[in-house]
Amino acid sequence: MYEGIVQELIDELGRLPGIGPKSAQRIAFHILQTESFDVSRLASVLVEVREKVRFCEICGNVTQEVTCSICRDPRRDATSICVVEEAKDVVAIERTREFKGFYHVLGGAISPIDGIGPDNLRIRQLMTRLADNTVQEVIIATDPNLEGEATATYLTRLLSSLEIKVTRLASGLPVGGDLEYADEVTLGRAFEGRRTVS
Amino acid sequence: MPVYRDEGVVLRTQKLGEADRIVTLLTRSHGKIRAVAKGVRRTASKFGARLEPFMVADVQIYEGRSLDIISQAESLGSYGANIVDDYPRYTAASVMVETADKVTESEGSPQQYLLLVGALRSLSRNEHAPSLTLDSYLLRALSMAGWAPSIDFCAKCGTEGIHGSFVVQLGGMLCEKCAPVGAARIDAATVDLLDALLRGDWDRAEAHTAVTLSRGSGIISAYAQYHLERGLRSMEHVAR
Ligand SMILES: [Zn+2]
Ligand SMILES: [Zn+2]
Repeated sequence: MYEGIVQELIDELGRLPGIGPKSAQRIAFHILQTESFDVSRLASVLVEVREKVRFCEICGNVTQEVTCSICRDPRRDATSICVVEEAKDVVAIERTREFKGFYHVLGGAISPIDGIGPDNLRIRQLMTRLADNTVQEVIIATDPNLEGEATATYLTRLLSSLEIKVTRLASGLPVGGDLEYADEVTLGRAFEGRRTVS
Repeated sequence: MPVYRDEGVVLRTQKLGEADRIVTLLTRSHGKIRAVAKGVRRTASKFGARLEPFMVADVQIYEGRSLDIISQAESLGSYGANIVDDYPRYTAASVMVETADKVTESEGSPQQYLLLVGALRSLSRNEHAPSLTLDSYLLRALSMAGWAPSIDFCAKCGTEGIHGSFVVQLGGMLCEKCAPVGAARIDAATVDLLDALLRGDWDRAEAHTAVTLSRGSGIISAYAQYHLERGLRSMEHVAR
């Protein structure tokens, strides 16, 4: 334990995802000891990001406006929606330049053990978007791991009642991993070779 | 660094840092362990899907200073793929691993390990309805952990026989004299179902009507929620 505010800093950093007590301590001392490290810049970005960034009202992607730049782009193909877990997956798929439709960010994957069920994700909003029959294909691009597959299974079952083609990324993606770690070529191929599931 | 090898079933995983995961395993001989699988979230990981929940693997583990590290994993049973193929199976398996995690809080046992592996295997092969497999697993895992409900005797005075009330908080069936005023009544069919599930008598359990099966599920989930500390988060998401 360190005195007062130093320990407070370590504790706060340790609350961040993926940062254990040792990393928290290392970052805290970097902040304390590195003169060139611009603390006020970091502080203001942290405040700004909370104030300015929100989630797109249509797709759930991060944006500084009411809707994100993808949803505002009239050149995108309105007949297909690609469903992903997180906003970072949108970035990964955009890098492949393989997909021209719109996205839908669920905000995670179904994981009962973490207390996350279908109602905790943006699934109802997806169903609303599909209601007017514009969309002809839903591409499920959840992570190629257990929770991602389970979420895909759930969505496939739910969407099978609609007259919409449902596809899932090809299994060329190694299983167990996170979508964001797939390289552009592999992800692009998985897109091209997507299979119809409903 | 000391190294050991054991069979284990993956109960849950948590993201750690950039690309690692902390994997919680219920092992056959070393009880419950938490160990780091390095780089497992990268798509080129040598572990592939072998360290995902519901998977059974032969693992080699280095004892680290704070956390142990998984250096090798060979698959012994990849039940995950078949389980996630069906949503009710997935939610049932989720409750099973959360239960296993709770009942082995202080120490695991080879029996708990084998019970869980058997239940996941059965689930992946779709041998019985997912909710029935789950109910049977819950009753047996709780019994092994020392919370067996009384079925054919009164939980309070021990009088043998089939009684008329089941009170979760008091440990099971209660006779007319011991049952508190207003205690929930239970019919003979549901008692028979609980007994069959506890003994693993599938033919007898599956012969019951849908109404009885759903009554049984209600009692069993209430019983598990009450006896496991802080309850089961996954229970409310079970698709039956
Ligand atoms: Zn958007
Ligand atoms: Zn009695």
